[in-house]
Amino acid sequence: MMIVAKGVSKAYGRGRRSLVVLRDIDLSVPDEDFIALVGPSGSGKTTLLGLLAGLDAPTTGSISLGGARLSALTADERAAFRAEKVGFVFQTFHLLPTLTALENVMVPLELAPRGTAPRVKPRIRARELLERVGLAERARHYPAQLSGGEQQRVALARAFANRPLVLFADEPTGNLDSAAGAMVVELMEELNRESHTTIVLATHDLELAARARRVITLRDGRIESDRRNGRGAGDGLDRRPDGSNRDGAR
Amino acid sequence: MIPFPLRLAWREGRAGARRIGAYAAAVALGVAALVAVHSFSADVVRSIREESQLLLGADLRLSSNAPISDSVRAIADSVVARGGRLSRVTGLVSMVYAPSSGSTRLTQVRGVEGVFPLYGEVETTPPGIWSRLGETGVAIVDEAIPIQLGVRAGDTLQVGGASFAILGTVRGLPTDIGFQSAIGPRVFVARSGLEGGGLLEFGSVARHHVYLRMPGGEDPEDVEDRHWRFLRSQAVTSVTAEDQARNLTRGTRVLAWFLRVAGLTALLLGGIGAASAIHVYVKEKTTSVAVLRCLGARERSVFNAYLLQAVALGLAGSVAGVAVGVGLQRLLPLLIADVLPVAVEARVDRAAVVAGLVTGVVAAALFALLPLLRIRGIAPLQALRTDFEPGTTARSRLDRALALGALVGGMLLLSIWQAPEPEHGLAFAGGLGATLILLWGAAVTLTRVTRRRFPARASYAVRQGIANLFRPQNQTVAVILALGLGTFLITTVLVVQVSLGRVLSMDAGEGRPNLLFFDVQPDQRDGVAELVAAAGGGPVDLTAVVPARISSLNGRPAAEILRDRTDGGPARWAVRRLYRNTYRTELSDSEELVAGRWWGGAGAGDNGPPDGVSLDAGLADDLRIGVGDRITWDVQGVPVATTVENLRRVDWQRFDVNFLVVAEPGVFDQAPRSYLGLARIVDPEARARMQRNLVLGLPNVSVLDLALVQEALDTILGRVGGAIRFLSLFIVLAGVVVLAGSLSTSRHQRMREGALLKTLGARRSLVRRVLLAEYASLGTLAGLAGALLGVCAAWALTEFFFEVDFHLPLGRVAGIWLVVVALTLATGLANSRGVLRRTPLETLREVAE
Repeated sequence: MMIVAKGVSKAYGRGRRSLVVLRDIDLSVPDEDFIALVGPSGSGKTTLLGLLAGLDAPTTGSISLGGARLSALTADERAAFRAEKVGFVFQTFHLLPTLTALENVMVPLELAPRGTAPRVKPRIRARELLERVGLAERARHYPAQLSGGEQQRVALARAFANRPLVLFADEPTGNLDSAAGAMVVELMEELNRESHTTIVLATHDLELAARARRVITLRDGRIESDRRNGRGAGDGLDRRPDGSNRDGAR
Repeated sequence: MIPFPLRLAWREGRAGARRIGAYAAAVALGVAALVAVHSFSADVVRSIREESQLLLGADLRLSSNAPISDSVRAIADSVVARGGRLSRVTGLVSMVYAPSSGSTRLTQVRGVEGVFPLYGEVETTPPGIWSRLGETGVAIVDEAIPIQLGVRAGDTLQVGGASFAILGTVRGLPTDIGFQSAIGPRVFVARSGLEGGGLLEFGSVARHHVYLRMPGGEDPEDVEDRHWRFLRSQAVTSVTAEDQARNLTRGTRVLAWFLRVAGLTALLLGGIGAASAIHVYVKEKTTSVAVLRCLGARERSVFNAYLLQAVALGLAGSVAGVAVGVGLQRLLPLLIADVLPVAVEARVDRAAVVAGLVTGVVAAALFALLPLLRIRGIAPLQALRTDFEPGTTARSRLDRALALGALVGGMLLLSIWQAPEPEHGLAFAGGLGATLILLWGAAVTLTRVTRRRFPARASYAVRQGIANLFRPQNQTVAVILALGLGTFLITTVLVVQVSLGRVLSMDAGEGRPNLLFFDVQPDQRDGVAELVAAAGGGPVDLTAVVPARISSLNGRPAAEILRDRTDGGPARWAVRRLYRNTYRTELSDSEELVAGRWWGGAGAGDNGPPDGVSLDAGLADDLRIGVGDRITWDVQGVPVATTVENLRRVDWQRFDVNFLVVAEPGVFDQAPRSYLGLARIVDPEARARMQRNLVLGLPNVSVLDLALVQEALDTILGRVGGAIRFLSLFIVLAGVVVLAGSLSTSRHQRMREGALLKTLGARRSLVRRVLLAEYASLGTLAGLAGALLGVCAAWALTEFFFEVDFHLPLGRVAGIWLVVVALTLATGLANSRGVLRRTPLETLREVAE
């Protein structure tokens, strides 16, 4: 299993002012799966995504990612883990505005812990990726000089730079028109296939969610449903949050 | 491979440098002030050392208020016998009359005998006349004399009863010390000429000097050491060239310390500006940092990258600051040349440059540390949820405490290092800290009151402008602090200067005397009164002056007391000095009896002949005596026994003729005496006429025209005030840099607001009015906080330190306030051109991206 979450809850604040965002989440994500977290605003999608990626620690419960128990790691160890094994795509792209497209793609490669240095030089790998997303010509441009769709493609190249085990994407098409959005999703799928990366994405966009193999719906911080999409293995079957289907088969 | 923090710092810095340029500018300004001040003080100290012999004009100078006795002369002669050289100068203050123009002026007359100075050349116009000074009947004068008396070379000057033909003027006497010429221009004549003019009569206040140049290799301090006991007993003071240099250096150290205070304040303000620029920068970088953390960057790597940027920019600012400072170093002597003892030659001082660089970088890092710590608190989750606020942890609190401790400790060490004495440094740091806390309190209170109490009926533009002060990320309090500190200093200096000036303006009071006569002999009293009456003046208030020395205290001879070096005895200066005593029946208006009883009636005491004296309470303290103790005076060799009957507290600030010792009438009846006189002649022309007639009729009597003294004091106060104002200006400039930095960092917000307003239909003029209201209120608050506190500080200084009446020049303080408002408006509008010019679409597109 790539991701295993057990009894995960998250609350912000303390005492009376405490706000529970996630309650008792159990979830397993197999290797190379492509899952979509959907649900209305405030249902806890983004928080769950962040916790699964190790951006924060759950209030209760445990999460393991790629075999590592995140709750046993310090913040810096989690950072090193992300640098090596995790990729991110954000709704608002979040390219570093002061870095060129090429330098943005190089960042995760340069952050990779020692001993895990990529076989090729960061600059060459970053060029390859920019070429892969069709932006080789724009390598020296700053984010402000790129369109939204181009920025998200750079973000995608950045996300795949370190050949991550898991790619987390938060509303990756939320700020794009449909054409640009479609292009980004196709790229994401291609890269997923090519590099055997597990993808977890949070989205409002049901069309995008429909392209995932599995759709988990959240409501009020709980998992409301967990379904396999038609294209995936357990077609149309509602799955239990731990990854097994109603019959207990996985 | 270059470490990641370094690479990130470089890449981020490329674009960020422009945005935190204000930070570097703030550091540069502080460093510039420090380097200028340091190098300048080094220049002054070096110049004084190099020219110590020139400054004294000799290796050793012996001085006395009495004519140099034969036995003292013998010591000097022994030096000459060994191959040394000697010259004598007698200095006194006397009236000078120029018959050709009919003008008179109180001057410093110097009677020179032998070659003087013994070191250095004297520049004269025409050249080469100085060697003719020994001739009878000639004078060489300061350049001020021809201007003030309307005379030129060849004209005659009458000094006392003698006439001197002016040979020319003295352009630079190496022994010149800036201040002296302010007291009165100098007239140099042959010493024999003074005696001929009757200027050295009894009661005249002359100072006699012997200048010695030691034979090769001899140390003047050996002569001092061998004879100090004897010289003391003769009331002769000795000064070596080295002493003189040390004294002058000490004098300039006070000035240097003041300059350093200004430099440190500028650096501190620069630091505040730097901290506020970094604060805003870090806030803007929150998302970038969160993204980097998402991508796996460690907290420490990211923090280090930004710290590196801050240090690199601090270094760049320091380098620029050093360059500006070295330029300023050359400017400072021009501004305060008049109050410096030597011509200062500017040289780049390596120590000052290194100190400036180190101080700049360390201060930049210390000030940046606190705002930079926020970077460590940024959670990766903030990339996903911008509304996510990580709470404070025990570690973040500890970090902040440590950073704050480092900042306070660093500044404390810096001020101790810069100060002449550690206590001065601590006092400065404490005072500045207290001022900043008070200013901060005033800033917070004023902004809160403005926010809560501002009338809701005010126009939209005004309300919006005021609301803008509380825009998130606005550095309102930091800006008020920075501008307020400059305003505070300028206000304090101005109010103190005005209050002091009023005390010194002796001529201002209605009916106050404006002429002071001295050396009036008993038989000249009527003559003086007649001259004053003829010029339309009132009666002359004459007071007898009896010069006397203490011969014994309670029967113990003065010489024995002076020999006794154990602590707790009478103060030596008080035993040794020449007293000018008087006698009268009544207490004056500026005196108050604090112990004993004043003598009743007009004369004899209750039993026997009168022997009562009244002492200034402070003097009694120094002499360790009180009511009932006995003092025997030596009046021109005649012993006069007296008993202390009472003690007075004298208000020395009042312009009255006051005395340390007042005797009961009858005590000094037989003693030789001269008189001091006070009179008032309102009409300046009549005053000048009277002075002319006085010089002609009673040549030994001197008169001080207090209006002229006032003028001279004004000149000195003006020069010192000018130097202080220049430095305060520097601090205001630092405040403006902080303001400009703060405005440029919030420029994007301002542009977005302007674009939004325009989109909603606001005209350009409305946007401009909103901006004007914002800057005007910012300037008003800063000016108000600074001026209020400045007035309070000035009140405290005048009341407790200078002990003079406080006077508030309301109009001028309001003027400072207005200047601060105008400065803020100008800086603000210059920073906001884009807000007005750009179309809303341009701005909104850019912001969206």
